Amino acid sequence: MNNNAYNATELMIINAARLLQDGDQVFVGVGIPNLACNLARRTHAPNLQMIYEAGVIGARPERLPLSIGDPTLVSGATAVCSMYDVFTLYLQRGNVDVGFLGGAQIDQFGNINATVIGDYFHPKVRLPGSGGSMEIAAWANRCYIITPHQKRRFPARVDFHTSVGFLDGGSARSRTGVRGKGPQAVVTNLGILTPNSDGEMILSFLHPGCTVEQVRENTGWEIKISPNLKQTTPPRQEELLILREELDPQGIYVK
Amino acid sequence: MREMMSKVVSLQEAIQTFVHDGDLVYAAGFTHLIPFAAGHEIIRQKRKDLILARATPDLIYDQMIAAGCARKVVFSYSGNPGVGSLKWLREGMQNGTLEWEEYSHFSMISRLQAGASGLPFMPMKLTGATDLERVNPQYRRITDPYTGEEVMAVPPLLPDVAIVHVQRCDAEGNAQIWGIIGEQKEAAFASKHVILTAEEIVDEEVIRSDPNRTLIPGMIVNAVCHVPYCAHPSYTQGYYDRDNDFYLAWEELSKDEQTVQAYLDEWVFGVKDRDEYWQKLGEEVQKRLKPKSKLSYPVDYGSY
Repeated sequence: MNNNAYNATELMIINAARLLQDGDQVFVGVGIPNLACNLARRTHAPNLQMIYEAGVIGARPERLPLSIGDPTLVSGATAVCSMYDVFTLYLQRGNVDVGFLGGAQIDQFGNINATVIGDYFHPKVRLPGSGGSMEIAAWANRCYIITPHQKRRFPARVDFHTSVGFLDGGSARSRTGVRGKGPQAVVTNLGILTPNSDGEMILSFLHPGCTVEQVRENTGWEIKISPNLKQTTPPRQEELLILREELDPQGIYVK
Repeated sequence: MREMMSKVVSLQEAIQTFVHDGDLVYAAGFTHLIPFAAGHEIIRQKRKDLILARATPDLIYDQMIAAGCARKVVFSYSGNPGVGSLKWLREGMQNGTLEWEEYSHFSMISRLQAGASGLPFMPMKLTGATDLERVNPQYRRITDPYTGEEVMAVPPLLPDVAIVHVQRCDAEGNAQIWGIIGEQKEAAFASKHVILTAEEIVDEEVIRSDPNRTLIPGMIVNAVCHVPYCAHPSYTQGYYDRDNDFYLAWEELSKDEQTVQAYLDEWVFGVKDRDEYWQKLGEEVQKRLKPKSKLSYPVDYGSY
């Protein structure tokens, strides 16, 4: 196998990791966000600190956590607190730099639906619901969304606002008074969307080998293309090796 | 000096005494320490019309819903953590056979905090997301009397009974937990009655040697049950690991009425208690879930 070949999941994790800064306090979920944080910590952000909604601060997981409250998060962490404390003292108070979000639908203004497809009271498909995401999206200084680029996942408007991005755009988000700056990037397997000054998510980066056409075909609205459209740096061998050999050696998430 | 009052009873007796048809039940524990053995005992005693509240209903409530114990769920995340969805909960909501009341984690936990603190409501900052408050009238906007700005309020959650699994407690119910402490303390203080299940029941002296670790005081506890391995397939920090294989297997075991009935017949109705369940799981599973030891440094409280 060519060591520099990579799959879509690896591409998303590596690009999400690069968005993190050294010293960031990150409110993190299991799966791809957890891998992105651990990769960042082993490369350019050794002082990044992971906070889990279960109430674990400064986790140093020795194995790949498989649930949001995996015991490996606790052993070796700097602190454990109640969920009420983690959501108030850390998140509501403004001590979280970065939140990771995902969901079944993400719209033109970065709003997320993780609750229901169809009518709420007569659901066509029930999804898991908010969990921590309603508050993370509002109160983390900046949020990143990681999701595969598919048309059904990118409708113009979401069926249900589980957590908000820029609402209807313009000043709609800032008028709500929420402290966080909202979604700063949507990382997909085709590229990276970022908000323009109107809060609309536009294509700002393409991954190597991906095209604007592919992005247009897989987005449910007329997506705008940044006048400064750039290309992301291909995954480096170091990043791929850490992911495959240290972080997810059994290929549970990085298939 | 007063005599310590022993509250030690069997889990069967505790459920019989403190869990009634129609009760609002909170089986505590965020991923960690979920009291599965108590859920199974409630199923064995065929309780019905329960209102089941938990941030994450998890497999414990999916099993109780499948067994016909529940009328309603109160929750904030309805997935099978790390796996997918909870079929019986999801289908109950989709086909209208199950009532539900939905929150975000923070508002669910805030309801417990209000209940535990004896407050009429708990305020939270606004999140900009208005759909959940539109569909759940328990969310109310109120005006902050100091700034005049709007805040969100949720009412107290006051369960009839909380069930809390702990690593160790004494016979009076002074309970110590380490690892993820989720919402156990709040659930216990918010509830009318508290059932503790414990990996170990220890002398009062052990508890008193490390008072900072006590999360739940005996004064609010009604029953203390010695139930080792109560939390399987969830876990108890330092005692046994989460059985992720079982969390994955539940997808298949829960897929239709036949498979779920077969599971309940074999693993709930087919065993008399948790001890028999644990033996039945067998040595291979027991060995796989046993963690290596990692001790904390001791602290010195000093003698005064």
